[in-house]
Amino acid sequence: MSTPATTAQSPAVADAAAVQKAISSTARPKRASALSAALTFGWRGMLKVKHVPEQLLDVTITPVMFVLMFTYLFGGAIAGSTGAYLDYILPGILVMSVLFTTVYSGVALNTDLTKGVVERFRTLPIWRPAPLVGALLGDSVRYLVAGTVIVVLGVILGFRPDAGVPGVVAALALTIVFAFGLSWVFTTLGLLLRSPNAVMNAGFMALFPITFVSNAFVPPETLPAGLEAFVDVNPVSQVVTGARGLMDGTASAGDILLVLGIAAALTAVFAPLTTYLYRRRA
Amino acid sequence: MSTQSPLAIEANGLVKSFGETRAVDGVDLTVRTGSVYGVLGPNGAGKTTTIRMLATLLTPDAGSGRVLGHDIVKEADKVRGLISLTGQLASVDEDLSGRENMILIGRLLGLKRDAAKARATELLDAFGLSEASGRLVKNYSGGMRRRLDIAASIVVTPEVMFLDEPTTGLDPRSRNQVWDIIRALSDAGTTILLCTQYLDEADRLAEGIAVIDHGKVIAEGTPSQLKASVGSGRLHIRLLDPEQRPQAERLIAAELGEVHLEPDPAALTAPCADADRAAEAVAQLTREGVRIADFSVGQPSLDEVFLALTGHTAEESAEEADMQEERAA
Repeated sequence: MSTPATTAQSPAVADAAAVQKAISSTARPKRASALSAALTFGWRGMLKVKHVPEQLLDVTITPVMFVLMFTYLFGGAIAGSTGAYLDYILPGILVMSVLFTTVYSGVALNTDLTKGVVERFRTLPIWRPAPLVGALLGDSVRYLVAGTVIVVLGVILGFRPDAGVPGVVAALALTIVFAFGLSWVFTTLGLLLRSPNAVMNAGFMALFPITFVSNAFVPPETLPAGLEAFVDVNPVSQVVTGARGLMDGTASAGDILLVLGIAAALTAVFAPLTTYLYRRRA
Repeated sequence: MSTQSPLAIEANGLVKSFGETRAVDGVDLTVRTGSVYGVLGPNGAGKTTTIRMLATLLTPDAGSGRVLGHDIVKEADKVRGLISLTGQLASVDEDLSGRENMILIGRLLGLKRDAAKARATELLDAFGLSEASGRLVKNYSGGMRRRLDIAASIVVTPEVMFLDEPTTGLDPRSRNQVWDIIRALSDAGTTILLCTQYLDEADRLAEGIAVIDHGKVIAEGTPSQLKASVGSGRLHIRLLDPEQRPQAERLIAAELGEVHLEPDPAALTAPCADADRAAEAVAQLTREGVRIADFSVGQPSLDEVFLALTGHTAEESAEEADMQEERAA
C-alpha cells in the first residue's frame, strides 16, 4: 500500500439544477463600503491566525526573551540594578518589539502576492487599498499581542509605572499607531523586493540600527557626540520618549503630537505608494 | 441594468509587452453578450495576458478594450463591478477553508454577514462541496479547487466571466463537471470568455473561437468554420482482416482521393472534409465485402489546427514562447 493521499477526493458531482438555481437567485448587492471591505480583510488575517496559531509565537516568545535578557544581562551593568533598569527599558523594549513585528506585514504581503487569490481581490469592485489597510488592521492585533505580553511580563518582574494603567494603555496605543504608520514602509518594500526573505533581511537591516541607536536601552548622554546627535533626531527615540513619558505621567503634548505627526507623515507618503505598487504589480 | 450592450467584450489592437517580448501583439476580439467565446492557443500564445488586460489586472500598452461598453482602463472600476475572473492559478485562498473563502468574497462584494453565509451554503451545496466546506483549501483535490474557484466567481452572478484554462490538469470526470457548470452559467445569461488549449473544449462550449499564436489572432470563426478551414478531421478505419487492406486502400482512395497506411497492418486513415463523405466511404467498403473492426471520424487536434494555420505545431510555438520569456527574464 502506498501512503494515503492527503488530498480529499471529490465527494459529489456538482448538481446542475442546483447550480442553475444558485446562479439565477442573486441580485447584485450595493458595493461594500471602504470600511467594511478593509474590516473583511482584517477578518481574513484573523482567520489565518486561527488556523495556524503558531504564527503568534514570534510576537509572544521573542518579546519575553528580550525583556528577560535585557533586564538581567545588562541591568546591573547599565543602571546599577535590574529593577532600576527595568523601569528605564520597558517602554523601549515595548517599542522595539512592536516595531520588529511591522516587518512581518511586508513579508506577509510579499508572500500573498505569489498566490492566485490576489488576482481575484484585484478584480473585485472594492476600495483599492482595502486589502492593504485590512491586512495592517489585522496586523495591529499582532502588535497589540506583542505589546501586552511585554507589559504583563514587566509588571510580573516588578515594573510599576507612575501613570498606572491609563498611562500604560496610552503608551501601548501610541506605539501601535506609530507601528501602523511604519508598516506602510515595509509593505512598500514587500512590493518592491522579489522574495519574502529579501523583505525580512532588508527590514531588519533597517530596524536594528534605528532601534538600538536610540534612547531605548541607554541614556543618550552616555554616547559619543555624533551618535548622540543621531539618537536625538531618530524617530524611534521620539516614540520611546513618548511611550516612556506616558507611562511615567510626564509626557508633554508636544512629544505625543510629534510621534503622531511622524506616523501620519509615513502613512501619507507610503500608503499611496504601496497602493500604487500593488495595483501596478503584474 | 438599463440597456444591455449587444457586445459584451470588444478588444481593438490590444498590445502588451514584457521587456522585449510582445506577449500580446494587436489582438482584436468581439464577443456577443450572452455567448461563450473560446480563445484557443498553446502556452505562451498570449491568452492569459489578453484576459488579464480585459479583467483590468494589466494596463494595455496600446489598443483599447471595452466590457459591456465600459473602457477597461478609464472605467476599470465599473468593469470590475460586472466581471469575475477564474485565473490559471486557483484564485482562492489556500490558507482558509472553502466556506471562509466564500463568505470572504460575499462580504467583499457587499453582502451582509447573514446573506454571505447563506449564499456560501447554497453555492457549496450546489457545487458538491458542502462536506469539504470546513477543510482548508490547500487539502482540496484539483477538481474541488476548481469548483470552489468557479463558485467564488459567481457569489454574485457576473455579467461577464473570464475563465483561464479552467480544466487544465483535471481528470476527465472533473473536467465534465466544470463543463456542466460553464453550460449552466451560459444558460443563465452570463457571457463567458474561455481560454483553453483544447480544441474539443472550445468546440463543445463555445459558439465562436479565436485562435491565437504569438500574441496575434490568426483565425476566427465558429468551431465548424474553423475545422472546415483546417480541412476537418480524419477518417480512421481498422479492418478485421489485414489481408483486405490493399482492397480497402484502393476503395478509399477512389472515394476520398487520398489515403495513408498506418503502422498497424489493419489500419488506414484518410483526410476527409465532411462526415457524409466519410460515411459514404465506409459504406462503400462494406458493400465491397471489406470487413471493418471499427472506424471513427476524428476531429483535428489543436496541433493539426496549428499546423494548418501556421505551418508549425502548437508545441513548437509554446517552446518558442518559453525561450522568448527566458530571454526577456
